[in-house]
Amino acid sequence: MSVLVYTESENGKFKKTAFEAASYAKAVAEQMGTTVTAIAINSNDVSALGTYGVDKVLNVSNANLKPFNAKSYASAIKQAAEKEGSKVVVLSQTADSKYLAPILAVNLDAGYASNVVETPSNTSPFTVKRTAFTNKAFNNTAINTEVKIVGLSNNSFGLKEVSASATSEDFSPSIPNNGVTVESVDKATDKVSIADAEIVVSAGRGLKGPENWGMVEELAEVLGAATACSKPVSDLGWRPHGEHVGQTGKPVASNLYIAIGISGAIQHLAGINASKVKVVINTDPEAPFFKAADYGVIGDAFEVVPQLIEKLKEFKAANA
Amino acid sequence: MKILVCISHVPDTTSKINFTENDTKFDTNGVQYVINPNDEFGLTRAMWFKEKQGASVDVVNVGGKETEPTLRKALAIGADNAIRVDVEAKDGFQVAKELAKVVKDGGYDLVIAGRESIDYNGGMVPGMLAELTDANFVTNCISLEIDGSNAKAVREIDGGKETVSTSLPLVIAGQKGLVEENDLRIPNMRGIMTARTKPLNVVEAASAETETSSLSFEKPAPKGAVKLVDADNLDELVNLLHNEAKVI
Ligand SMILES: Cc1cc2nc3c(=O)[nH]c(=O)nc-3n(C[C@H](O)[C@H](O)[C@H](O)COP(=O)(O)OP(=O)(O)OC[C@H]3O[C@@H](n4cnc5c(N)ncnc54)[C@H](O)[C@@H]3O)c2cc1C
Ligand SMILES: Nc1ncnc2c1ncn2[C@@H]1O[C@H](COP(=O)(O)O)[C@@H](O)[C@H]1O
Repeated sequence: MSVLVYTESENGKFKKTAFEAASYAKAVAEQMGTTVTAIAINSNDVSALGTYGVDKVLNVSNANLKPFNAKSYASAIKQAAEKEGSKVVVLSQTADSKYLAPILAVNLDAGYASNVVETPSNTSPFTVKRTAFTNKAFNNTAINTEVKIVGLSNNSFGLKEVSASATSEDFSPSIPNNGVTVESVDKATDKVSIADAEIVVSAGRGLKGPENWGMVEELAEVLGAATACSKPVSDLGWRPHGEHVGQTGKPVASNLYIAIGISGAIQHLAGINASKVKVVINTDPEAPFFKAADYGVIGDAFEVVPQLIEKLKEFKAANA
Repeated sequence: MKILVCISHVPDTTSKINFTENDTKFDTNGVQYVINPNDEFGLTRAMWFKEKQGASVDVVNVGGKETEPTLRKALAIGADNAIRVDVEAKDGFQVAKELAKVVKDGGYDLVIAGRESIDYNGGMVPGMLAELTDANFVTNCISLEIDGSNAKAVREIDGGKETVSTSLPLVIAGQKGLVEENDLRIPNMRGIMTARTKPLNVVEAASAETETSSLSFEKPAPKGAVKLVDADNLDELVNLLHNEAKVI
């Protein structure tokens, strides 16, 4: 009966989204009067999960599950859900969890709601609020199947610590053959990804050319932030496609989003609106972004950004 | 190679989003509909396979008669046949089941869908379809090459990309990168004319069940006014971000 949460890790270490999903699963379990079981796959140390409300960990260690494969992972999670008799399965919305979720849904005969932003408003019918129309609206959705899968939108619930510890048991699901083989992975390990970032520094066509991105990268580095850009910037080849955010790019749900020389077109805002605090730096006081932002600086990025970097360095030095 | 491209019919990205009937229905008043952007990249890649490697390209939508202009646009871009499964799309599972029947009946080798629809944002139809038809599946696909029955695909992951090998039958969920923005085709006059005579087959729905139901919609709470900080007083911005917003 326990709520099952898949706690994703990378290179053996839990992602922050795993702790957020666990915190959320704990809140759902309390609503339903039950406990939380986590399934952890090839994680080095599962003890941290107790802090986020997990009662029991099904600890899977299997070389066949490295690297990630959506079908195999879905199968392992399905077997965990069946073993626990779970009626609710919580996933985060990382690239990998989004990949495996629909496969898991079919195999568990479970209804799936993605991009969920709150705990259920009702557990019968099981009703969740999810984003729709690319963050321009929310949709209250009832999941009507016996088993339900909730995809928790990253950064929407936060981390909730409790003083408890989890028990751990080894779990060895059988892994099916799967038809997709990873040949190579190309990933910048020294950079924060947009999906994981708490702060995102993003710049647009106002920066005039790719040669001017040094200050954007520096600002991001000072803040421990990921870098992003508007669509024309990636279309022009100034920045890699992976940085394009917005309605047709990546969604951003960070705590802080800093937009430099970005006008704030509806398609851009749609993708970043879920960010909690938005700062805009733009020469044009009429730029639509000012209507969507919390804080704004009317000014030339080439003057404002270097100064802001200095101020932040001072701030960091003073608060170190 | 027989390719099926799944086309979701969605409000244009500039649309104002409003609701009617006590916030239970999307207000279509004044809304322009387009091919879902992620599907447009996929359709263009399908045309490339057709022209360079020899393939037939069908497009499909699960929806009411109002989606036909969107399917006609796909025909004008170059698809050979269009199929409309005549039922209102209610949830991802129902759509995936209807599509699975089309895929089985048509014996398609490759199904190209989009990473997500920009209205429902489910990110679920292609994966469910793959599982329901026992096909391989690659999502967030930014490159696809087919050689005989082997496929090589690149998938975007958080912070990078991953190259995978797999085989047909295959379902991919594509996005920009599958082709570039500049490769997208605007239907020309000839395309539009020939699209009028291309087959658009309306097929009866398999009456697939739903698993979820949409109860109501809400719009985000209106935002307060922006706080402006003078460009010469950035200490104040740092202070606000630290003490007021508490994000640094
Ligand atoms: C179907 C469709 C989908 C789209 N999807 C997306 C999407 O997902 N994401 C996205 O971003 N866009 C998207 N767009 C594009 C969108 O409509 C805008 O064209 C785009 O966001 C504009 O990018 P920008 O703000 O960088 O450039 P611009 O609109 O050119 O704005 C540049 C801004 O920089 C300011 N500026 C200039 N010089 C300076 C300076 N020295 N210092 C500070 N500010 C300066 C200007 O005042 C201006 O506001 C989409 C469009 C369509 C049609
Ligand atoms: N009603 C539909 N008809 C045809 N294809 C669809 C439909 N809904 C979704 N799809 C396909 O599935 C993809 C993902 O949609 P979704 O799961 O709604 O985010 C879309 O990009 C389409 O390729």
